[in-house]
Amino acid sequence: MSGRGSETLRPTPANFAKNATKALADKALQEALSELSGGLAAARERAKAALPGFEALRRSGRDIKDHALANLDLYLEAFERNATAAGAQVHWAAHADDACKIIGKICHDADARIVAKGKSMVSEEIDLAAYLQTSGLKVVETDLGEYLVQLRDELPSHIIAPAIHLSPSAIEATFRARHRHLPADRALASPEALVSEARAVLRETFLAADVGITGANFLVAATGSTVLVTNEGNGDLTQSLPKVHIVIASIEKVVPTLSDAFALLRLLARSATGQDFATYTTLVTGPRRAGDPDGPDVCHIVLLDNGRAELLGGEFRPALRCIRCGACMNVCPVYGAVGGHPYGSVYPGPIGAVFTPVLAGLPAAASLPQASTFCGRCEEVCPVEIPLVRLMRQWREAALAQSEAWRTRGALRIWAFVAQRPRLYHRAARLAVAVLGAFGAKRGALRRLPLAAGWTRHRDVPAPQGHTFQQIWARRQRRGTP
Amino acid sequence: MTRGQSHRPRVGLFVTCLVDLMRPSVGLAAVRLLEAAGCEVGVPTAQTCCGQPAYNGGDRRSAAALAQATIAAFDGFDYVVAPSGSCAAMLKLHYPRLMAGDAQAQARARAFAERVHELVSFLVDVRGLKAVPGTFAGRVTYHDGCSGLRELGIKDEPRTLLAEMPGVELVEMRDGAACCGFGGLFSVKFPDISNAIAGKKTAAIAAAEPALVLSGELGCLLSIAGKLKREGSPIACRHLAEVLAGEMSAPPIAWPDERPRE
Repeated sequence: MSGRGSETLRPTPANFAKNATKALADKALQEALSELSGGLAAARERAKAALPGFEALRRSGRDIKDHALANLDLYLEAFERNATAAGAQVHWAAHADDACKIIGKICHDADARIVAKGKSMVSEEIDLAAYLQTSGLKVVETDLGEYLVQLRDELPSHIIAPAIHLSPSAIEATFRARHRHLPADRALASPEALVSEARAVLRETFLAADVGITGANFLVAATGSTVLVTNEGNGDLTQSLPKVHIVIASIEKVVPTLSDAFALLRLLARSATGQDFATYTTLVTGPRRAGDPDGPDVCHIVLLDNGRAELLGGEFRPALRCIRCGACMNVCPVYGAVGGHPYGSVYPGPIGAVFTPVLAGLPAAASLPQASTFCGRCEEVCPVEIPLVRLMRQWREAALAQSEAWRTRGALRIWAFVAQRPRLYHRAARLAVAVLGAFGAKRGALRRLPLAAGWTRHRDVPAPQGHTFQQIWARRQRRGTP
Repeated sequence: MTRGQSHRPRVGLFVTCLVDLMRPSVGLAAVRLLEAAGCEVGVPTAQTCCGQPAYNGGDRRSAAALAQATIAAFDGFDYVVAPSGSCAAMLKLHYPRLMAGDAQAQARARAFAERVHELVSFLVDVRGLKAVPGTFAGRVTYHDGCSGLRELGIKDEPRTLLAEMPGVELVEMRDGAACCGFGGLFSVKFPDISNAIAGKKTAAIAAAEPALVLSGELGCLLSIAGKLKREGSPIACRHLAEVLAGEMSAPPIAWPDERPRE
């Protein structure tokens, strides 16, 4: 299995516009994306319609998260206390590197060779698999989508459907290229054949793995439990079969009680896939106890900050409410047009546009919050009411204040200078529409326009009518006719 | 006069910069509709743009300055009405936010916001307008602008008025709540993505087989009409106000003007 360290080939957020143009020309990707609105988004709509009081549930979800975030220190301490009491070992990691090192050391101390890894966005965020592989471990993704993405040396393109950008034929090609030990003439065309091959290959990993690493959807302070939601069940094999289980989770995942976690789980399943509840919801409270039929001998929980604590005191705090359902990307017109990869981040779409600048820094990720029409559909579906548009606008303000943005800043200031001087503005407006109106009157539209080459590459610019409204109105007032 | 009001309310028309520049006939249509709803209409010359390009571009300072100027320009009107959901939402929802930190200015912006309405929702919800001056016969589809739909909750009002026009056959397009891809400066910053989104919208429109696309949002219409034109589509685009007011002498958006030049 290849490592995931070929960073230079991966799209970066700084090249978003270029990445997007490439994605738009990718026929297979476009075909895969065309299923998005009819699939996950439609399933969410149906699930929402079937649950009276869904909107009230959203508000309570928001309130649960807000309360937990406002008292994060208390709930994290309680979680640590209760998880420790249940026999788990809790580790704190300030940055990505720290988390990788902690996990690497646990694997080393356990004399591990093979690591089975469940689906975890936080592990993607810290590029954990690449780190462990560099230190000589074999790391196998056990979530089917993540496994595919790993075989292809790509980033996940969606937070709950990592391989949503792949068609069955692309998956077949990947399996044929990477599962060389299997007969070349095997039948692989049907989705069932693909799933069954993946299952067979992955089963070997579960049995051979020394360490299982999973994420957590929620951390329950009152019980010290981690909650993991999956639809394949592979996550459960990952956390129960190997001798050592490591949970990697970010600090904002903590909620006060089990009932809080379950309120959020009801929102999560409906918002993510339109299910009433995910197929597998598993609570882990410490390692195997005497008398338990199965489970790991040791359980480690690594709690990662990686920039989150800094958001707590500021305007971006609502972004930490996110429960990673992916609903915002399923309805986003920009995500729907280009998919997740152009964002160059493990968190694509609207929440990625808000969160990636936190992780990668604003200069590197400045174009992501720009890449939105502000249509607001993301906010409408967000199960915890994150004001995504407002937060993207906030990043735009921060970006404009940076020195690199002098050109945009200058253009906006000149425009604003004119717009604050109505006499000057109206004079300039009259001139502009007279010229453009004269050029465009015959066709009714302009095929080319200086400074709008991007627009006119695909669309005509409708011609103005030749006079401004203010001009016509003033003439009318002078004539005294209505 | 509607609802037995004892005086004609004074409405200040917030023209919007796009209507002022690109399609003044929409402004004339708005005036006619407001007058039909029993209002006296004034158009302050001190207005320019609501400030969205600055606000959404991250230039809060310029946006706040424009907000102050707009609020001052509309002093003394009972209502401020805009033929655009996105500009109305800017005036109504975002001006008070822009004044955060200055209690006096914010109070003024809030009082101003109370008086602000999007044109069609004003006609229906505030003035109770039923009969519109315009007549039209044909199959139309209606595009909801995102700000009007999601920020101001305007969905039924345009359909209510269209239902009052006997010749109009309204057909809904698929995924009607989807964005058209315009997004103001987004369409210039990310033209390829904007075009891809616009292409989905024009495909949904074409599938509904209307003769005419209507919207309360001129920005969306400029993008949709420009895309339909490039695709060689025979489907026409107009602002809803033009049809409601019967202000149809100008050709549809992006269509040739065959009238004799003045």
